[in-house]
Amino acid sequence: MAKAFQKIYTQITAITKATCSLKAEGVGNDELATVNGKLAQVVKIVGDEITLQVFEGTEGVPTNAEVIFLGKAPTLKVSDQLAGRFFNAYGDPIDGGPEIEGEEVEIGGPSVNPVRRKQPSELIATGIAGIDLNNTLVSGQKIPFFADPDQPYNQVMANVALRAKADKIILGGMGLTNDDYLYFKNVFSNAGVLDRIVSFVNTTENPPVERLLIPDMALTAAEYFAVAKNEKVLVLLTDMTLYADALAIVSNRMDQIPSKDSMPGSLYSDLAKIYEKAVQFPAGGSITIIAVTTLSGGDITHAIPDNTGYITEGQLYLRRDSDIGKVIIDPFRSLSRLKQLAQGKKTREDHPQVMNASVRLYADAANAKTKLENGFDLTNYDERCLAFAKDYSDKILAIDVNIDTTQMLDTAWQLFAKHFKPEEVNIKQNLVDKYWVK
Amino acid sequence: MTKGIVKGIIANLVTVAVDGPVSQNEICYITIGDTRLMAEVIKVTGDNVYVQVFESTRGLKVGNTVEFTGHMLEVTLGPGLLSRNYDGLQNDLDKMEGVFLRRGEYTYPLDEEKLWLFKPLAKVGDTVEAASWLGEVEENFQPHRIMVPFVMEGTYTVKSIVAEGEHKIHDVIAVITDKDGVDHEITMVQKWPVKKAITAYREKPRPFKLLETGVRTIDTANPIVEGGTGFIPGPFGTGKTVLQHAISKQAAADIVIMAACGERANEVVEIFVEFPELEDPHTGRKLMERTIIIANTSNMPVAAREASVYTAMTIAEYYRSMGLRVLLMADSTSRWAQALREMSNRLEELPGQDAFPMDLSAIIGAFYSRAGYVYLKNGKSGSITFIGTVSPAGGNLKEPVTEGTKKAARCFYALEQNRADRKRYPAVNPIDSYSKYIEYPEFADYVKDILGADWIGKVNHLKTILQRGKEIQEQINILGDDGVPVDYHETFWKSEVIDFVILQQDAFDAIDAVTPLDRQKYMMDIVIDIVDHDYDFDNFLDVIDYFKRVINICKQMNYSEYHSEQFEKYVAQLKELLAEKQIVE
Repeated sequence: MAKAFQKIYTQITAITKATCSLKAEGVGNDELATVNGKLAQVVKIVGDEITLQVFEGTEGVPTNAEVIFLGKAPTLKVSDQLAGRFFNAYGDPIDGGPEIEGEEVEIGGPSVNPVRRKQPSELIATGIAGIDLNNTLVSGQKIPFFADPDQPYNQVMANVALRAKADKIILGGMGLTNDDYLYFKNVFSNAGVLDRIVSFVNTTENPPVERLLIPDMALTAAEYFAVAKNEKVLVLLTDMTLYADALAIVSNRMDQIPSKDSMPGSLYSDLAKIYEKAVQFPAGGSITIIAVTTLSGGDITHAIPDNTGYITEGQLYLRRDSDIGKVIIDPFRSLSRLKQLAQGKKTREDHPQVMNASVRLYADAANAKTKLENGFDLTNYDERCLAFAKDYSDKILAIDVNIDTTQMLDTAWQLFAKHFKPEEVNIKQNLVDKYWVK
Repeated sequence: MTKGIVKGIIANLVTVAVDGPVSQNEICYITIGDTRLMAEVIKVTGDNVYVQVFESTRGLKVGNTVEFTGHMLEVTLGPGLLSRNYDGLQNDLDKMEGVFLRRGEYTYPLDEEKLWLFKPLAKVGDTVEAASWLGEVEENFQPHRIMVPFVMEGTYTVKSIVAEGEHKIHDVIAVITDKDGVDHEITMVQKWPVKKAITAYREKPRPFKLLETGVRTIDTANPIVEGGTGFIPGPFGTGKTVLQHAISKQAAADIVIMAACGERANEVVEIFVEFPELEDPHTGRKLMERTIIIANTSNMPVAAREASVYTAMTIAEYYRSMGLRVLLMADSTSRWAQALREMSNRLEELPGQDAFPMDLSAIIGAFYSRAGYVYLKNGKSGSITFIGTVSPAGGNLKEPVTEGTKKAARCFYALEQNRADRKRYPAVNPIDSYSKYIEYPEFADYVKDILGADWIGKVNHLKTILQRGKEIQEQINILGDDGVPVDYHETFWKSEVIDFVILQQDAFDAIDAVTPLDRQKYMMDIVIDIVDHDYDFDNFLDVIDYFKRVINICKQMNYSEYHSEQFEKYVAQLKELLAEKQIVE
């Protein structure tokens, strides 16, 4: 990789698990270097003392390692050849195919000027009522699944990706188990959509610090398709908790003062830089991000899900509904902040009110259940709420139900009429007059 | 001017060796290739000057040259600020080229070519001082006073002033002479360093005038005043931004400044899209005409995020000096505190709680104190009402930013996860939240003319019932529906009437979203009538069923045009329903 005029340094002065330092001149901030062939990046300059973050880790790096500065920040070659390919965190192919030819662009590029953004408004239909009916997604949105490690989040995400009508799906896998990596590969191949997929994958077999490059690689590819090709791009990032853990490792090695939960003080900004790449461009292209943040014991007050929640436009929770024995998207805690941009505008007028009424009645059912568990008598209304909740889970919410939004609304009205009187659902009179099933 | 060269780089913290004097918070520019990156001095130790760069430092090298400017971060003040979209450093975002922001691109915040119809207010021979009104132009149908620059000390005599006519912002519109006989030319533009408060007013009394926001849970339950301060803490997903947007759309203010500080870009886009279309409910003009947006979204440089709230406050102080009522909203002040934390970490300062800087509480306090109601030196009044949101880490209100803000702000609107989960929006907890202004005698004096002499008594009465309702609910949860007397259920459901009819409000319904004061008064009287009567019930099931019907009718009223035929139909229905069960003495 070395060129004739490049200076080679051979005196490393300090080595930690993730970084090494040496004296060098004329080095730029964020610049790439190789340390005995391992890729590294400049993270600190004090006078002539340079600190490098070594992505693969510093195992076996000797104090006389050859260090060569490459004079550029990390880059990715972008062109249509990316489609259908699998890459590692450095953007090198791992599927045995040829190198990509294309324009070389720096990853982690500039932000979109907020006044040039378009308001997201195009509905992304998934056929899953927990999303389409209760938490409608729009293009240009960013939303994570908050899931416990044992929940089937990667399967649900793959399902969403395949049903959503995106031009390109970009998978950024961080710390994926090899099994999950092969799962995604198989699902996409079997669905015959491989030509729409680009994957950047760091598995648990790869060094953790490499993960830090994955989101920027995936989003640089996404920006190419969304800006140059005006395509609707869906980016899947899994698992962002492992990304944040890698950030903590590096900041710890650099002796930075940790803030809450041992995370770096800059965690919010670091995550925001990634998620804010979700955008609706004025020329029609868009980047939508669906991510996964795994929780530890369901704790959403931990710094990673907490900061994520403040950045993303909502969050989706999975839950196993014991009434029907199926996975649903939790109607209470899940939220899509941009739903009102599509609900009742791109969907039928009664959508917002029907959604609110069903969730309210579902909540009443949850209260009734608590009463039952505490040994209290149920009122007639409580009984009807419980019956409604079971129907609602089974016919609408269950993740294997695949119907369009209008069918979901019609089903909801049928269930209202089956279990309640019009004044019990608290919906505007003109909608009741129009849609109540007599 | 002092020059320097770069000696070290850690993220956006750069160490510079200098050849002359520099001052704390001085602005400098670092040259990298063809561009210049703006930076601010934040610490000096010996020969090392630490600067925070307002841009990405990618590619910056040891040896890059630095030029100091001799001044702190300033904003440019003059006619034409309204309706603009700025970044945290007051660059006009609309003037920037391309879809992506380019590093080192700085744009002038005002229109230098536009002609303004200047009308003189001062005469030759008048004695003037900083902030004296020399003349005015019309900016978006509001008077914009041209003032003696705030930086000018002492008194001056007006030597000449131009007659009514059209001028550009940089034209000299007056010449004023100081005590030593030196002439100073005045244009329509002045500059002011953002971190210093503008104090060119006569006095700052306790604020007392109710600021109508059209949000019932604020105006009726916990009112804010012109020149007051408030804050909205809440975990994510509890509706901070929706509530903030509602206030900024509906509040009875002349000028609204929105500082989007480290928040989502799509939320700012929502304002860009809606405000040019929506009407100010008080004047009927487009909302954007009275609005200035300072957008430093979460993916924009961190150092500029800290600057953005100061930029916004300084512009607010400028308009207050013109005798206008300014509403300043900052979403979210936690992001600003986090920006302080990031820099403090890089400077290797000893951390306080949660790694925030030790003086966080003092910084927050000093900032909130810049708001307020003032009497200007010419006897007129002006105000800055400041409402900030706080994003407490993990939803825990005991964290440093929330605690620091609680000491500084007088109104507290606590958004509650539990209310949000039950879709009771706005999710402001009616019992924990407070407004200190409701205890001010000046405030009581002011509202009795608008809302009636016993208004505050009624508000406190409702709060007592809400409190009682909550206690009963807890008892019912423990003892069961049958375990408490029927009149407990009655009281609980009265508190539910207050919650559903007054506190809950649909921000996405055109009519319910904004409730004018007279309508709030009307609904208050209806609700007071409901809760002050005793009812005749045999069992708790009847109570529940009955009050659900009451609530349903009242909600339909909230959704109907005030005093429309439909509205009156529901009023009649309600009367009929109440007559069924109310016990008349």
